Amino acid sequence: MRFSPTAAIVLRQVYLLRGSPTRLLPMVAWVAIDIVLWGFITRYLNAVTGPRVNFVATLLGAVLLWDFLGRVMQGVTTAFFEDVWSRNFLNIFATPLTIADYLGGLVITGVGTSLMGLLVMLTLATAAFGLSFLGYGAALAPFLLVLFVTGISLGILGAAIVLRLGPASEWLIWPIPSLLSPFAGVFYPLSVLPGWMQAIGRALPPSYVFEGMRAIVGGHAPPAGALAFAGGLAFVYLLAACWIFAAVYRFAIRTGLIARYSAESAS
Amino acid sequence: MAVMEPVLAVSGLCKTYGALRAVDGVTFEVAAGEIVGLVGPNGAGKTTTINMILGVLQTTAGAIRIDGFDIARRRTQALANTNFAAAYAPLPGNLTVEQNLRVFGMIYCVKDLSARIETLLGEYDLVRHRKTKTGVLSSGEQTRVTLAKAMLNRPKLLLLDEPTASIDPATARRIRRHIVDVAEKAGAGVLWTSHNMYEVAEVCDRVLFLSRGRILLAGEPAALVREHGAASLEDLFVSVANEALDPQAAAS
Repeated sequence: MRFSPTAAIVLRQVYLLRGSPTRLLPMVAWVAIDIVLWGFITRYLNAVTGPRVNFVATLLGAVLLWDFLGRVMQGVTTAFFEDVWSRNFLNIFATPLTIADYLGGLVITGVGTSLMGLLVMLTLATAAFGLSFLGYGAALAPFLLVLFVTGISLGILGAAIVLRLGPASEWLIWPIPSLLSPFAGVFYPLSVLPGWMQAIGRALPPSYVFEGMRAIVGGHAPPAGALAFAGGLAFVYLLAACWIFAAVYRFAIRTGLIARYSAESAS
Repeated sequence: MAVMEPVLAVSGLCKTYGALRAVDGVTFEVAAGEIVGLVGPNGAGKTTTINMILGVLQTTAGAIRIDGFDIARRRTQALANTNFAAAYAPLPGNLTVEQNLRVFGMIYCVKDLSARIETLLGEYDLVRHRKTKTGVLSSGEQTRVTLAKAMLNRPKLLLLDEPTASIDPATARRIRRHIVDVAEKAGAGVLWTSHNMYEVAEVCDRVLFLSRGRILLAGEPAALVREHGAASLEDLFVSVANEALDPQAAAS
């Protein structure tokens, strides 16, 4: 990965965000709506169930972390979709840009935009509903790292799917976090799931994050071993996603798919 | 005396899609400072050839070397010295002219990029459009932006696919002169496709007639017209396109 070409991909996204409020607004609006909605739900649940369970930490915290994963993924895929929407593949790929440069740019963009969303979520959840995530301090870092890496992997995988199947497959990508959420145990422990769903859940790094968060909220020590396993699993998925993107890119070069993407702009 | 390696060397180039041979054994070279016209009817294989040279389409057979680098093995090095402009590949319309030039300049790792951008904005009469989103420019202005992008890295090999297709005659003439200058003074090799035979005759040192994926004729424009007894390059083009020309008779 080289600095200048990678920075070019990031700079392109900065230009687009700076010049277009319609791109900036969704980055904060949807997460704010989620936090407000779930904030009031948890406040209501706390009121009707008494102090036995802290729904703010368990439910609102889960929503915040799951939204964060979705934002990371969308940050990566949206940067890729900019090339799809502007029919820019031929211009981009007929250059010395390498796949590592390109993916590096997408990932840095995704990290940057998701951090903006995270900041909005944390501010709103803390100020409006008293969720004290920052009180967990450095203990939060490994949880966020696992979600970061998983979100990046899903984003790269999503980009590979659209590159392979064409622009119309974009609608397949957006619901991926929703499809995974029942298996990841976002709002409930994996133990409530049937066996086959638990098996899938255990293959998903975020499930260890949410089990770990529930342990911490319940006053237990963070499950370091499980988190380390989740981190390792997430990095394996990241490597696999990069490999899949590279394989799809090679397929696109072999078959002329890149040129056909471009050719659509002429029609 | 040392023999200079051509900036582009294409040998035995083939591309097949199933039974269709889109490009069938094409061999040619472009020397430094030379402008070579690649002409032929629609579907002749011109754009397929250019896509393979740009590394966005894998060859079925054959080899492509740019400035001595094999595109299949050393793609990054080969494309660092190459650039292109094509009517069917406009730059992203949601970025301004200056933003587009900066982004692509960084992709090509252009040194002193700000100064280079200023030079190109002036050369292509784009100074007043620098803050304008590329997508709202006229097609002629967009073509000038694409050409400015193509010059960013001072390419040794420039691929131009109908670069003046949507430009008014005065601007087209200025651009043709500019590209001839780039070839003569900077020593860039240029591969130029066009359906405008007047333009090809004016700027190209050599012309390659492509039909059904094969090069049927190659030579200097004026010499080809003379040798084949055609009234003009356009007449010769029409003859080749209609396959009225008998290649064996032409060779004898």
